[in-house]
Amino acid sequence: MSKYSIFSLARNAMSHHDNWERAWRSPTPQKSYDAIIVGGGGHGLATAYYMAKEHGMRNIAVLEKGWIGGGNTGRNTTIVRSNYLWDEAAFLYEKSMKLWEGLSQDLNYNVMFSQRGVYNLGHTLQDMRDIQRRVNANRLNGVDGEVVDAKELAKRIPYLNCSPDSRYPILGASFQARGGTARHDAVAWGFARGADSYGVDIIQNCEVTGIRREDGAVLGVETSQGYIESKKVGVVTAGSSSVLASMAGLRLPLESHPLQAFVSEPIKPVLDTVVMSNAVHGYISQSDKGDLVIGAGIDSYNGYGQRGSFTTIEHTMTAIMELFPVFSRVRMNRQWGGIVDTCPDACPIISKTPIKGLYFNCGWGTGGFKATPGSGWVFAHTVANDEPHELNAAFALDRFISGALIDEHGAAGVAH
Amino acid sequence: MLLIECPYCGTRDESEFTYGGEAHIVRPLDPDALNDVEWADYLFFRKNSKGILQEQWNHSAGCRRWFCAERDTVTYKFKSFYKVGERPVEDEA
Amino acid sequence: MSRLERGGRIDRGQQISFTFDSKQYHAFQGDTIASALLANGVRLIGRSWKYHRPRGIIGDGAEEPNGLFQVEQGARTIPNVRATQAQVYDGMVLRSTNAWPSVQFDIMSVFGLFSRFLPAGFYYKTFMWPAKFWMGYEHIIRKASGLGASPKELDPDHYEKTNAHCDVLVVGSGASGLMAALAAGKAGARVILADEQEEFGGRLLSSRARINGMSSTQWLQQMRAQLSELQDVQLLPRSTVFGYHDGNFLTIAQRLHDHLPLAQRKGAREKLWRVRAKQVVLATGAHERPIIFGNNDRPGVMLASAVSSYVNRYGVKLADRAVVFTNNDSAYQAAIDLADAGTLVTLVDSRVDSRVDSSHDTASDDARAKAAGVKIMHGCAVVNVIGKAQILAAEIQKISADGKSISGVVQRIDCDLLATSGGWNPAIHLFSQSGGKAIWNDDKACFETGKAVQEQFSVGAANASFALQDCLRQGLDAGQRAAAASGHQPVDLDLPTLEKPESTELTPLWRVPNMGKPGHGPKAFVDPQNDVGVSDIFLAAREGFESIEHVKRYTALGFGTDQGKMGNISGMAILSEALGNKISDTGTTTFRPNYTPVTFGAIAGPEIGSTLSDPARKTAMHTWHQEHGALFEDVGQWKRPWYFPKAGETLQQAVDRECLATRASVGIMDASTLGKIEVVGNDASEFLNRLYTNAWSKLGIDCARYGFMLGEDGMVMDDGVTIRFAEDRYFMHTTTGGAASVMSWMELWLQTEWPELDVYLTSVTDHWATAAVVGPNSRKVVSAVVDGIDFDKDAFPFMTSRAGTLLGVPVRVNRISFSGELSYEVNIDANYGRFMWEQLMAAGADYDITPYGTETMHVLRAEKGYVIVGQDTDGSVTPHDLGMSWAVSKTKDFLGRRSLLREDCVRDNRKQFVGLLTQDPAEVLQEGAQIVNHASDDIPLPMIGHVTSSYHSACVGRSIALALLKNGHQRFGETVQVTTPDGRFVSAEISSTVFIDPNGERQNV
Repeated sequence: MSKYSIFSLARNAMSHHDNWERAWRSPTPQKSYDAIIVGGGGHGLATAYYMAKEHGMRNIAVLEKGWIGGGNTGRNTTIVRSNYLWDEAAFLYEKSMKLWEGLSQDLNYNVMFSQRGVYNLGHTLQDMRDIQRRVNANRLNGVDGEVVDAKELAKRIPYLNCSPDSRYPILGASFQARGGTARHDAVAWGFARGADSYGVDIIQNCEVTGIRREDGAVLGVETSQGYIESKKVGVVTAGSSSVLASMAGLRLPLESHPLQAFVSEPIKPVLDTVVMSNAVHGYISQSDKGDLVIGAGIDSYNGYGQRGSFTTIEHTMTAIMELFPVFSRVRMNRQWGGIVDTCPDACPIISKTPIKGLYFNCGWGTGGFKATPGSGWVFAHTVANDEPHELNAAFALDRFISGALIDEHGAAGVAH
Repeated sequence: MLLIECPYCGTRDESEFTYGGEAHIVRPLDPDALNDVEWADYLFFRKNSKGILQEQWNHSAGCRRWFCAERDTVTYKFKSFYKVGERPVEDEA
Repeated sequence: MSRLERGGRIDRGQQISFTFDSKQYHAFQGDTIASALLANGVRLIGRSWKYHRPRGIIGDGAEEPNGLFQVEQGARTIPNVRATQAQVYDGMVLRSTNAWPSVQFDIMSVFGLFSRFLPAGFYYKTFMWPAKFWMGYEHIIRKASGLGASPKELDPDHYEKTNAHCDVLVVGSGASGLMAALAAGKAGARVILADEQEEFGGRLLSSRARINGMSSTQWLQQMRAQLSELQDVQLLPRSTVFGYHDGNFLTIAQRLHDHLPLAQRKGAREKLWRVRAKQVVLATGAHERPIIFGNNDRPGVMLASAVSSYVNRYGVKLADRAVVFTNNDSAYQAAIDLADAGTLVTLVDSRVDSRVDSSHDTASDDARAKAAGVKIMHGCAVVNVIGKAQILAAEIQKISADGKSISGVVQRIDCDLLATSGGWNPAIHLFSQSGGKAIWNDDKACFETGKAVQEQFSVGAANASFALQDCLRQGLDAGQRAAAASGHQPVDLDLPTLEKPESTELTPLWRVPNMGKPGHGPKAFVDPQNDVGVSDIFLAAREGFESIEHVKRYTALGFGTDQGKMGNISGMAILSEALGNKISDTGTTTFRPNYTPVTFGAIAGPEIGSTLSDPARKTAMHTWHQEHGALFEDVGQWKRPWYFPKAGETLQQAVDRECLATRASVGIMDASTLGKIEVVGNDASEFLNRLYTNAWSKLGIDCARYGFMLGEDGMVMDDGVTIRFAEDRYFMHTTTGGAASVMSWMELWLQTEWPELDVYLTSVTDHWATAAVVGPNSRKVVSAVVDGIDFDKDAFPFMTSRAGTLLGVPVRVNRISFSGELSYEVNIDANYGRFMWEQLMAAGADYDITPYGTETMHVLRAEKGYVIVGQDTDGSVTPHDLGMSWAVSKTKDFLGRRSLLREDCVRDNRKQFVGLLTQDPAEVLQEGAQIVNHASDDIPLPMIGHVTSSYHSACVGRSIALALLKNGHQRFGETVQVTTPDGRFVSAEISSTVFIDPNGERQNV
């Protein structure tokens, strides 16, 4: 892999950029691999990258139905934070945060991780109790956090409507300074390039259509490009997880829902942080290109259509106008949807399954992007060692049987 | 924007309805007869079908009746609507 | 002025003036910003996003990528207004976007000098060292990005929404749309005809075609007249259909007054139409695409159709000398229009002249152009243009028949306008949004609509039928079919006749090749707004970005405010070339809403800046509370009094006073917001048995019982007191916030699982107003105003209910308590709520009756260790955790019971509900504080629980707190450490949750 730098950029400019290498190869699948990762989104590519980098595996394929990063990786609102309430979640997301903090350098690919801070607003006294609880827990878990009151918020975030007269006045917020955003596509591409450089085969337009197994163990996968053997298959397919599970005769505690987002036209910098409000179901930041990037709540019904209902957009827009009324003359440029796989306790499943050699990493719901590196890191460990890392041990499937849920719904700012 | 036909009121906009997830999940008559795995299956594990899903809707801003529907979760097109306790009419096949 | 002597649809009688970058210009009523600037000879109107290259107007509609202006200033400012779609009005103030200090001299244009170092995706490859500098780099990138500026003040305008149903929605009012609307309307269908432009007519507004022997202007007039006579046809100009959703639901943004001078604006600024249509006719036309060549972004390079539009529709004299460069027949008309307007025109046609008989056919485009004085060069292509802020000349060479190579001497033709046409892209955006799949047509070199997946027809240019005769015919046909499909009898209409059929033949040519490799010659732009060049697409392909989606994302192709209308299809074709694929294999991206950008305000609707669409619920006594200085707390949708401060009192002082007064004498609280549900029927008891953790069958008439409801997961969901009014009638209380969801929960089980139960539910929360009269003197107060009830301690014991009257109005008095005091909750028809309240206040005057709010309620109940679901519980707490196993039946099944037997619910070390007493009685713990066994700076520090409720209790005379603590029920008397907001730890002893009156004597007096 040739290194990217200001010098390589200058050198290539002199040769009219004719000599840049491919960022990743486009191999045809081998007959067999030591491990197959199904799903070429950020999480899947990160898994392959860390399996190669941390566990010395080389003979790995990532199978992607379409184009890499084309699912939720390329459809989210790019928010990164780690201020989760429960220990298990906080440690997992904080692991991810630490990886984010060195990711551009590690991958030699600028993923534009921008620690502009994330505010989670509170609108009721109970919101504020929950915020205090979460920030206190974060601090003791080594996650940075701060409780900010409404007066201070008004100073820090120009144009945020902190008026006591609004329908649900803003009473305060939690703030994680290390939170922020990253360039979502670049995350997929950076991990792909990194994994490829270790010899991982990234195979696009390769849809898995069946999971072959014998005596309770995986043998390989049927794909649109033929049968591929592997004794280890890690499935990281977000909204399509239930479909993959059914190929192996499994059911998962998941429901796939549409989740929508939209952007404004590009405007000059006007918002230099991330503002989220669970109470009014909206979150907003401004991209480096100048678009206001706005996320909605999930649509209530199950859906694999990568689109939702217009009312959801209207509700979100109303919420955003409540938070930032000065934006009402700005225009919405584009809206889109993804498929999120939601879990009953709003926490992921990163787990072995009853079938030997078959692993699932799913259930990230609306908040998977921020976990990309950490998710890949622990899943790589799980697949490579046939045993979860201590960071993801609690995120096993059997928690739904024992009842040991990690309920981030209750008190944390769980969405996104 | 779904257009939903309440079997009691007729066709209405989606915004009048509340979603109730997968239909025909029957609460076990004797929960104690189930082991934890079976109980968890009833509680949490779902078909989450890609394609036709039998699901529950409530006409919450109307008659407040629950009813069932068959809907394609990819095209979002409804195939049928029917009352609780009924089964969808099978396609002639 | 560069205006033609006559012609055009502008009103030459109405001159108006506007300013652009502080300079004043004149225009006519009917001009767009684009036509007005062009008519004033202004060519340089902006700078590009990345390289800050000078840019001019290219198109005349939604495809325009460059003409973006900041309109007006202050609170009314609008960023990124598209010059081709906004009308100029008198006094309009325009500023350029993305240039400083001016478009003529833009500091940032230095980026242009370094453009070779800034290829697609350069930022992914650098700015990585040192890592901490990224935020600095990013700051500069952010400042350089973005186009116009957001308003910084509150919007003085408001927005409306309307819902509409129709038989046929016709989108677009060009030839096909008008025919469709007329055909459907004549058949009696309810029709909505929407068009984004100021007036109906579409491309015909700039056409010189003759229809039915009339000019297109006359024909349009006739069509509009006919349509406006039809009562059921709603005409919506200035209305963009921007979204096509499931269920034939479409959204229309209607702009009501942006085209008017500020002083004339009244009413809503925009209206959002939410339309359910039985049938939809998409007559959305097509966007012309350019042929791409070197320096094709220079001001003065325009689309051929736009040139016709500015000449014919706006009467603009665009140029003295023009080159028209085309690969198809449609641009011949632009050449003729220009020539007829006095411009010296050279037409460069990349195709070899193969039409043997063209010289004989005087009606052929070729012959007509020649007749108009146009010089025609066949088999040639424009390879480059000369000039920076304004083009000066075009460089022309021979091009091979396959378009792959150029040759021969470079011929330079001086010109101040270069019109180009590479063919047309049908506007299939709405079709694609509707779920339809577009199909590539190699012959026409464009996408066309595949099978309709909703009740929809695509017609005319939107259906890749570009010739006028086809548009008219398809429009008529679709209008009739849509009318029939929506239940109307179509009527016969004559198909209009044309003097001559239009020809739309084309030989694809996407870009003019350089002499060398792509990327070596002058920059050639595919997406001018985002500065995406041919070389960028080749670079992306070279680096392995082979999916069109990757290329778009890597280069930013199509991510501008024109959403790729100018460049996406060309970009795809060029990618196919780079990959050696067929275009049909490269595919296209899905078109997503919005068709064109839509104002946030229009989507949010009328609620902006005031209240959310979520209504605020107020009790019958709300005005009394307001008049008596209450501050309010949001609980669910309700506004509940929080506390009633007297002058100068803090929250703590007010709450102390309210608590002490209540426990010493009597307090009164508005309890109306508690959810109230009547459960009636022969099986009501059985139903409650299944819902609640405890048993109900044996509850006596007029007796009350406290109960928990669990989710099926065994976790506490809601709680409250339920009273049995009769054998078959219960009155259930829920929490304030949980009322609606509990009602839905009950309905769900009753309807879907237990339909055999004879039970009826009625939500009566709003029917009753409730005053809780609390404290040792409450009996005296309530009995003073309520008749018909024996208030004797034994006649009306704790946890019972009685019916009586209050000055003749029926009331229900429940002797229940959430404070541990003697307490009566008086319920009355909500219409008498304030009346009742005032009577109770008057009766209590002698006892200094003290109104209190939620805060005092919280303190009083915490002193007794009563749980508030949602504050002391969080979805992971069972009744056993709360120490309330007494409320859980061991002998019957109930929702959630089985889950309580799961491994995790029966383990040791669960978090349990306890009291906490700080070592320092003055220290009030923070709600949400975390609890540890030993204070330490170690991170992570294991947490064993958290504080759920915490107060200074004036009655206890110290601070008290409630907490969920691991294994708490086994640890009474032990000391733990609790965090403080300022980073300390304080010691607290684990105690009972009951801080006052542990034997419950006060409520049994």
